[in-house]
Amino acid sequence: MISLQPRQQPSKLMGLLAPLLALLLTVLAGLVLFALLGVPVGQGFYAFFIEPVSSVYGLSELGVKAAPLIMIAVALSVGYRSNVWNIGAEGQLILGGICGGAVALYFYEVDAWYVLPLMMLSGVLGGMLWAAIPALLRTRFNANEILTSLMLTYIAALLLSLLVHGPLRDPDGFNFPESRLFHAAATLPNIMQGTRLHIGALVALLLVVVTWVLLSRTLLGFALKVNGQAPRAGQYAGFTQNRLIWFSLLYCGACAGLAGLFEVAGPIGQLLPTISPGYGFTAIIVAFLGRLHPVGVVFAGLVMALSYLGGESAQISLNLPVAVTGVFQGMLLFFLLAADVLIHYRLVWRRTGVAA
Amino acid sequence: MVVALNSVHWPVATVTPLFMSSIQTDEPRTALVAMHKISKAYPGCLANDAVNLMIHQGQIHALLGENGAGKSTLVKILYGLLQADSGYVEWQGARVSISSPAVARELGIALVFQHFSLFESLSVLENIALGMAVPATQNLKQNIIDVSQRYGLPLDPDRQVYTLSVGERQRIEIVRCLLQEPKLLIMDEPTSVLTPQEVNDLFVTLKRLASEGVAILYISHKLNEIKALCSEATILRGGKHVATADPQQRSTHELASLMMGDELLIPQRQEHAIEDSVLLQLNNVSRTTSEQHGVPLHNIELQVHAGEIVGIAGVAGNGQDELLQVISGEHRSSDADSVSINGEGVGVLAPGARRELGLCCVPEERLGHAAVPSMSLVENAFLTAHHRIPMRTAGLFSLKKSARFAEKVIEQFNVQCNGSGAVASSLSGGNLQKFIVGREIEQQPLVFVVSQPTWGVDAGAASAIHTALQQMASRGAAVLVISQDIDELMLISHRIAALCAGRLSNTYSTTSVSVQEVGVLMGGGSIADGAVA
Amino acid sequence: MSADNSMLVLIGLSVITAATPLVYAAIGELVVEKSGVLNLGVEGMMLGGAVGGFAVAHLSGSALLGVLAGMLSGMLLSLLFAFLTLHLRSSQVATGLALTLFGIGLSALLGQPLIGVAYEGIPTYAIPVLRDIPVLGTLLFEHDLMVYGSILLVVAVSFFLRSTRAGLILRAVGDSPEAAHALGYRVILVRYLATLFGGACAGLSGCYLSMAYAPMWAENLSAGRGWIALALVVFATWQPSRLLFGAYLFGGITILQLHAQAIGINVPSQLMSMLPYIATIIVLVLISRDRGRIRKNAPASIGQAFHPTK
Repeated sequence: MISLQPRQQPSKLMGLLAPLLALLLTVLAGLVLFALLGVPVGQGFYAFFIEPVSSVYGLSELGVKAAPLIMIAVALSVGYRSNVWNIGAEGQLILGGICGGAVALYFYEVDAWYVLPLMMLSGVLGGMLWAAIPALLRTRFNANEILTSLMLTYIAALLLSLLVHGPLRDPDGFNFPESRLFHAAATLPNIMQGTRLHIGALVALLLVVVTWVLLSRTLLGFALKVNGQAPRAGQYAGFTQNRLIWFSLLYCGACAGLAGLFEVAGPIGQLLPTISPGYGFTAIIVAFLGRLHPVGVVFAGLVMALSYLGGESAQISLNLPVAVTGVFQGMLLFFLLAADVLIHYRLVWRRTGVAA
Repeated sequence: MVVALNSVHWPVATVTPLFMSSIQTDEPRTALVAMHKISKAYPGCLANDAVNLMIHQGQIHALLGENGAGKSTLVKILYGLLQADSGYVEWQGARVSISSPAVARELGIALVFQHFSLFESLSVLENIALGMAVPATQNLKQNIIDVSQRYGLPLDPDRQVYTLSVGERQRIEIVRCLLQEPKLLIMDEPTSVLTPQEVNDLFVTLKRLASEGVAILYISHKLNEIKALCSEATILRGGKHVATADPQQRSTHELASLMMGDELLIPQRQEHAIEDSVLLQLNNVSRTTSEQHGVPLHNIELQVHAGEIVGIAGVAGNGQDELLQVISGEHRSSDADSVSINGEGVGVLAPGARRELGLCCVPEERLGHAAVPSMSLVENAFLTAHHRIPMRTAGLFSLKKSARFAEKVIEQFNVQCNGSGAVASSLSGGNLQKFIVGREIEQQPLVFVVSQPTWGVDAGAASAIHTALQQMASRGAAVLVISQDIDELMLISHRIAALCAGRLSNTYSTTSVSVQEVGVLMGGGSIADGAVA
Repeated sequence: MSADNSMLVLIGLSVITAATPLVYAAIGELVVEKSGVLNLGVEGMMLGGAVGGFAVAHLSGSALLGVLAGMLSGMLLSLLFAFLTLHLRSSQVATGLALTLFGIGLSALLGQPLIGVAYEGIPTYAIPVLRDIPVLGTLLFEHDLMVYGSILLVVAVSFFLRSTRAGLILRAVGDSPEAAHALGYRVILVRYLATLFGGACAGLSGCYLSMAYAPMWAENLSAGRGWIALALVVFATWQPSRLLFGAYLFGGITILQLHAQAIGINVPSQLMSMLPYIATIIVLVLISRDRGRIRKNAPASIGQAFHPTK
C-alpha cells in the first residue's frame, strides 16, 4: 500500500519537477482524449503541440497570447501568495479594455502622441477601479473576495455588451454590436514586421522583473508572503493586513486592466462584445503552474498560450471543437495539484499490519 | 564432598519455598494491562524504544518523563491512535491488538486528552454522546447529571462548549470517560491547565475512582503531584524506559535525576539590584474583543522596573493572549498612555514602532504566530529583527545580513538545526523556542515580554531560556513573563501577579508569597481577605 | 381565475423553476461545508451534471435515466476533488477553481453535438385533490417531481443535521477534525461522503437546468449559478431553512429580469441581467459584515486540510 510520509523540509527539486510531471501527464492524457474523440493520435499531437509553433508567425502568435496571460498571472501570484483570492481578473481585464477603448473613441482621429499613453492610463485605472470593489468589500465588510470578484466579472461582461450595443457602437456600422476601428495613433506599435506581436510582450517581461524584485527583495513583498503563510505572524511583525489586501487587488487590477487595453488596442483594434477568450481565468492556471513565481509564470504563460493556439489549430486541421483547449487547461491544473503532493510528502511503500 | 554438597544445597532448598510463596501471593493479581517492548519510530527520532509498562487494578500509576520523553506516543499506542512498530500489549493477561480507539474503549480504556478533543460549537450533551461507543441518548442527559454529582464534577448538559472555562471543559472529558465505566482511565497532563485548588479537587475524584477499583494511568512531569497521588511510577527518558519506582520511597531529587539524567539543572534565583526607573507601564488597560472566544481586559495596572523580572500567573484563556497583544501593539488602543515604554506613551503605535523603541515580545504560539512555519530561519529572523538590526541594503532585503544575524542567534543559543536555511517547522519545539527567544534577546531590548516561555519545551532548553531571561534582567532590561507554570514563575521572577477573567491581581514579592496563595489569586480571590487555602 | 391571477401564477411558477437549481446546488454545498470542506467547483459540477443528464435523457428518451446520469456526473467530478484534497491534500481553494475550469471545458467539449437539440422537458406531476385549490393549487402542486424533490431534500438535510447521530458526527468533523479523529471517527471518510453528496446535488441542479429550466444545452448554461449557490450558503449562515428562503429570493430576482419588459420596465436587458450578480454581492456584504455571526455559524475547520498523521 502506498502511503504519504511528510518530509522534514519541502523539496525544492520536486517544486521544479512537479510542473514538468504535470505537463507530461497532461500530454499523455491528451493523447488518450484524442483517441477517444476518434482522432489519429499522432496527427492530434502534431496539430495541437507542434504545428502552432513551427513557423515564425506561429511563434509570434505565441507571444501575442502569452503576453496578457503573463501580465495577469504575475499579478495574481502576488495576491495568491498573500492569500488574497482574486479570481475576477477577467472582469478587471474587461474594464481596462472598456476604459482604454473609450479614450481611443473619444480622441477618434486625433493624431497625437498622448492618445496611447492616455489609453493605457485609463485602462490601468479601469482595472484598478474594478479590483477596488472587492478590496473595499473585503476590508470594510469582510465579504469573501472570491465570490465578489467573480460576480463582478459577469457584471463587467454585461457592461461591455451594453456599451457596444449602445453608446460606443460604431455609428456607421449597420447596427453591428461593435465600436469603430481605432485609428493609427490609438493602436499599439508592432515590434515585429508582418506579425501581431506588440509592445505588450515587452511590458509583460518588464512586469515580471518588477514583480520578482518586489516579492524577493522588498519589505512589502516579504509582508505579502508572511501574510499568506501565517497571518498572525504578520500581525505580530506589524504588517497591516488590510493594506496588503488593497495592494494585492489593486496591483492585479492595474495589470489586468493594462492587459485588457493591450488586447483592444493591439490584436483586436476595436471594442467587441467579447474581448478575451478567458485570459483572466486561464491566468489563474498560469499562476499556479508557474509556482506563483514570476519567472515560472513566463514559462507557464507560454505553455498556456500554446494550448490556445493548439486548440485553434486542431479546430482547423482536425475539425475538433475549440473547447478542447479548456479541457487541456483544466487537466493540466489538476495534474499539477496532484503532483504538488510530492513537494511536502514522499511516497513510501508500507506493508500493512506490521504491529501487533 | 557430600557434606560440602549438602552445605551448598541446603540454603537453596530453604530459600526456594519462600520465593515460590511470594510468587503465589502475587499470581492472582495479573496486571490489568501490560505493554511489552513497545517501539515506535518517527522520521528522525525513536519516540519509544522497547518500553515496558504494567498497571494493576485500582492502582494510580504515574508515567513520568520530560517533554519529548515519549509519554504521549506510548499513550496513543495504548489508546489505539497509533500503532507500534514492534512489541505487544496484554490486557488482563491476554494478548490484544488495539487497532483503533473504538477497540480501546471496548476493552474499557478511557483517555482524557491533554489538549481536549472537544467540539466548540456543540453542546456538552452532544460532545459526550460523540465520545460514547453506543449512545443511550434517552437517558444520557440524566446519566451525565448523575455521574457529575456523584464525583463532584458539576456540568450543565445543554451548555455550548465555547462558553465554558478550561476547568469545566476538562470535566466534560472526565465525565465522558466515566460514563463508559472504564477499567483504565488515562489522564494526559491533566493539571497543566488547572489552578492549585482545582488540582486538589481533581485528586479527590481520582482517589475515589481508584478506591472503586479503576486503574489510573497518570501522565505528568510534575514530581510533587506524582508523590501526592501515585503508588508506582514508570519513568521514561529520551524514549527509553529508565526505571519503575515507588514515588513514596524515592526522594524528589532521585526521581528528578531519573527523569532528566545528566541534564538536571536547577537554576538559582538571581539576586541583583533592581533600579527605580520604570521601563514598562500599563495604565488602566481595558479592551473588548471581537474574537468569539476572546476575553476582555479590565483596568490592568502594572509597572516593570529596569533589572526586574515580573511574572504573571494564570490558567490559559484568562486574557493572556489579549494582554500580550495590547503590549506588543497587535491590538492598539486609542489612548497613547495606556502602554508606556521608558516613559513614552506607545498605546497607539504599531508593533514595528514599539520595537524601534526597545520593546520585544514573544507570543505563546511558536508556529504561525512567533514564526512562519514554512519560512527559513533567515527569513524568520528578518520577520521581527529588521527594525533594530540593519538587514537591508538600499531599501532591499539583504540575505547576507539576515543570515549573519540568524547564525549568530543559532550559535549563541545553541539551536540544533540544519543550518540557517532550515524551515521553522523542521525544528523541535525546544529548539524553535530557543531560536525565537534568542532572536528577540539578540536585539538588545529594553523591555522583554514573553508568554509561556517553556511550554512543551524539554528540560535542557527550558533551563537555557530561564538563564537567558535572568541574564537579560541583570543587564538592566525589564522582563515580563506570562506563564501557566507557577513553579517556573516562583523560580525566576522577583514579583508575581495573577490574571483571572481579564483582571490582574496586585503584585507580590515572590519571597513573601506561597504557591497556594498565588493559586488563590489565579482563582480570582485575594490574599488580604484571608482567603488563603 | 382572473387574468391578473393567471399572470401572477405564471410568474410564481417561473420563480419556483428558477429557484430549484439553486436549492439543489446550495443544499449540497451546505452539507459539504458542514463537514469542513470548501468545494468551489460547484459551477463545474453543475455543468457536468447538465451535459451528462441532457445527453442521456436525449439518447435514452428517459427523464429518469437522465436525472440519474446528471447526478452521477456531478458525483464523478466531486470524486476527483475529494481525491485531490482529501488524499493528496491539495489546496481546497485551488482545486475547487480547477474543478470549475475543467467542468466548463469538459462540458463544452462533450456538449458540442447537443447544441440545438430539442428536448421536451421533465413532465410535471400534479398532486391530486391539492391541485384543485384555486390559484395556490396550480402554483404549489403542479410541478415536475424535481421541484418537490428539492423541498423534500432540504427538509431531510435539516432533519439529518439536527436530529441524527450521523448528522452530529458530520457537524463534529467540520467543527474539529482533530478532536473527531482523536475520538476514533474517520474524518476522511466522512468528508468523502459529504463531498460526494455535494457533487450529486450539484449534478441534480445542473440537469434540472438543462432538462427542465432551459430545457436545452448551451455552453456555460449555468451562467454563474454555481457561484451564486456558494454565496447562498453564506447568506443562509449554514442553516437549511434560511437557504430555501434565499434560493427563492434569488429565483425571484432572476425572473424579474425576464418579466421586466412584460411589466413595462424599459431598461436595457443587460442591466436587468446584472441583477442576480449585484444582488449576490449585496447579500454577501450584508451578511458578512457581522463577523461574529459568520464566525459563530461557519464550520470552524472550513477550507483547512486535515492531516491524520499526528
